[in-house]
Amino acid sequence: MSQFNRPQIVGPALQRVGSSPRASARNGLGLGVLSVGLGLAELLAPDRMASLIGLPKTPRTRLVLRALGVRELLAGVGLLAQPRSARWHWSRVAGDAMDLALLGGGFSQGRTKRTRLIAATAAVAGVTAIDALSAARESRESARSTATSIHVRKTITINREPKAVYEFWRDLSNLPQFMAHLESVEVLDERSTWRVKGPAGLSISWQAEVILDHPSQCIVWRSVHGTTSVPNRGVVRFGAAPGGRGTEVQVELKYDPPGGAVGAAFAKLFGEEPSQQIQSDLRRLKQVLETGEVLHSDASVHRGPHPARPASSNESIQTKGAAR
Amino acid sequence: MKANCWMGKKKVSVEQVPDPKILNSHDAIIRVTSTAICGSDLHLYNGFIPSMECGDVLGHEFMGEVVEVGSTVKNLKVGDRVVVPFPIACGKCFACQQGTTSLCENSNPNAWMAEKLWGHSPCGIFGYSHLLGGFAGGQAEYVRVPFADVGPLKVPSHLSDDQVLFLSDILPTGYMGAEMCNIQPGQVVAVWGAGPVGQFAVASAKLLGAERVVSIDRYPYRLEMAAQKAGATDTIDYEESDVHEALMEITGGRGPDACIDAVGLEAHSHGPIYAVDRAKQALMIEPDRPIALRQAIRECKNGGIVSVSGVYGGFVDTFPMGVVVNRALTIKSGQCHAHRYMAPLLARIERGEIDPSFIITHRLPLSEAARGFDLFNKRVDGCEKVVLKAA
Repeated sequence: MSQFNRPQIVGPALQRVGSSPRASARNGLGLGVLSVGLGLAELLAPDRMASLIGLPKTPRTRLVLRALGVRELLAGVGLLAQPRSARWHWSRVAGDAMDLALLGGGFSQGRTKRTRLIAATAAVAGVTAIDALSAARESRESARSTATSIHVRKTITINREPKAVYEFWRDLSNLPQFMAHLESVEVLDERSTWRVKGPAGLSISWQAEVILDHPSQCIVWRSVHGTTSVPNRGVVRFGAAPGGRGTEVQVELKYDPPGGAVGAAFAKLFGEEPSQQIQSDLRRLKQVLETGEVLHSDASVHRGPHPARPASSNESIQTKGAAR
Repeated sequence: MKANCWMGKKKVSVEQVPDPKILNSHDAIIRVTSTAICGSDLHLYNGFIPSMECGDVLGHEFMGEVVEVGSTVKNLKVGDRVVVPFPIACGKCFACQQGTTSLCENSNPNAWMAEKLWGHSPCGIFGYSHLLGGFAGGQAEYVRVPFADVGPLKVPSHLSDDQVLFLSDILPTGYMGAEMCNIQPGQVVAVWGAGPVGQFAVASAKLLGAERVVSIDRYPYRLEMAAQKAGATDTIDYEESDVHEALMEITGGRGPDACIDAVGLEAHSHGPIYAVDRAKQALMIEPDRPIALRQAIRECKNGGIVSVSGVYGGFVDTFPMGVVVNRALTIKSGQCHAHRYMAPLLARIERGEIDPSFIITHRLPLSEAARGFDLFNKRVDGCEKVVLKAA
């Protein structure tokens, strides 16, 4: 069993805000089931549905209820497939509005049972409120997760003792050896200055502080307030891998990238795919700790695509991380 | 220096390229004396392996003389004569320490590409696509060899290049194919494909004590070599006879105890299934044609072992999983962990138990690499194995 399968005590820096994703998904699934049930009832038993909500059993009512049933089914299936999609939640809100309008129209008709109609209208109004809240929350959440917060967690196994891996990481000045886009880390005392090369030769830097340090277990750090417009934090955990396979290293990073030049520098730090970038950084860490340096191939020393053939003397090559 | 480069599908050419340099402290630079064209190079040549780039230097079977070593290299010195294994392996990771060097966890700088295709990454390989590292290969005058303390094997001067060159890949690959069969006395092993790996699989199965070894192919000259040089007790030319009937006859109706697929993804056959596989491959729906593999699985005796040495790159269709499950077959496979077989096989060569040079039919200068690829690919002029002499 992996070291990290069981629930972790995550450092305070990384605690999530807002509702848990699982609860939101459950909410979406519940509404989906409701839609499917209602849709089936309207589609298959429009007469019983009509009498339940106090409408006359006319061919017109039957037709309208069946049409509404199809709409409910569509929304329900959509929600079941994508319980966290704001679009499907909003489609339910629109459907609710339509239902309310139709029920309102019912009051002006003859042959209606007013008590049942009032009860049905109240029920739909209540559901509308739940749908509107869910839809608003999912819209907010999706805006937050796509536009702002980036949270990455990656794990690798390294064939060294936890102590050795911890000590290498604890000397933060080693980080640029395997973090491809990090230019330097200068350790001051409790604090350190991190520097990334930004666009157009700009250098972006900030200060970080270690806020939790359990030797051979975990290190938690975060950017010092006021030294950057890009607050960021990270935790790295070290655990003995089963079967004498060394150390399982798990890294978690979280930051809120802004726009502009600073944001671009950060985007560069973690690559276009932050998750891929961290995975590759961890693989380089493994190379450094197991073999002493980052391995290069004839193609990998070039920034872009390059044939697997030696570089000519006038081509610039990147051999960062190789032993000097 | 001159190097044989992949220039596109069915196009290789010897180009002038820069000399290699030390990039890591554990590197060595080798002046190549002999290099060979591998059957798996034909998969690159015919465009079946993704992530090749125009200008890639090919070649993963090579040997030569050390001309430069990096600052941390301890086991090699300038002037040593070495054979280099095709998998690049660090020797320090868990997989290497288990002896499974073709699964080295540190030797593929493009591991992310392999992970996208295969889930996890195997080792890097010389001159074998960017997916497997983007390393320049050894069909060149010089080549850079990473982890020089781990891979290259020093060879004694009384053995010729021709005798030891194939320690780099195909001899260990054929041997591992036979070893995976877990051969017991009295057993019958059938080998699909009488190309170079098939020949060495036959020879190795004999060395490992198989009672009978059957070689299956469609080129009489290859079957003749298998019978006369590699030690096959039986041969089946599938253009002439029915493979199933022949195998039933040879094995007393049991089927072979173990079947080796030494063919891989460009298998040839007849009939509608072959036509369908070829069409799907051409339409890029099915990258690999598993015709030999399907037949090996079908013919294998109940509870037998199917050992896959042939190269597959991606996906196969109509895989007979029902046969595997209902008849309790074991499938074993892998790119060869060449490092662990090189020294023992060198010892066998020195003792005269095997002389791998019997497969060589063509010796050409490096400058004629393109002709070598063409001959080998078309199986003309009796071509079994092309060795290129770089110096």
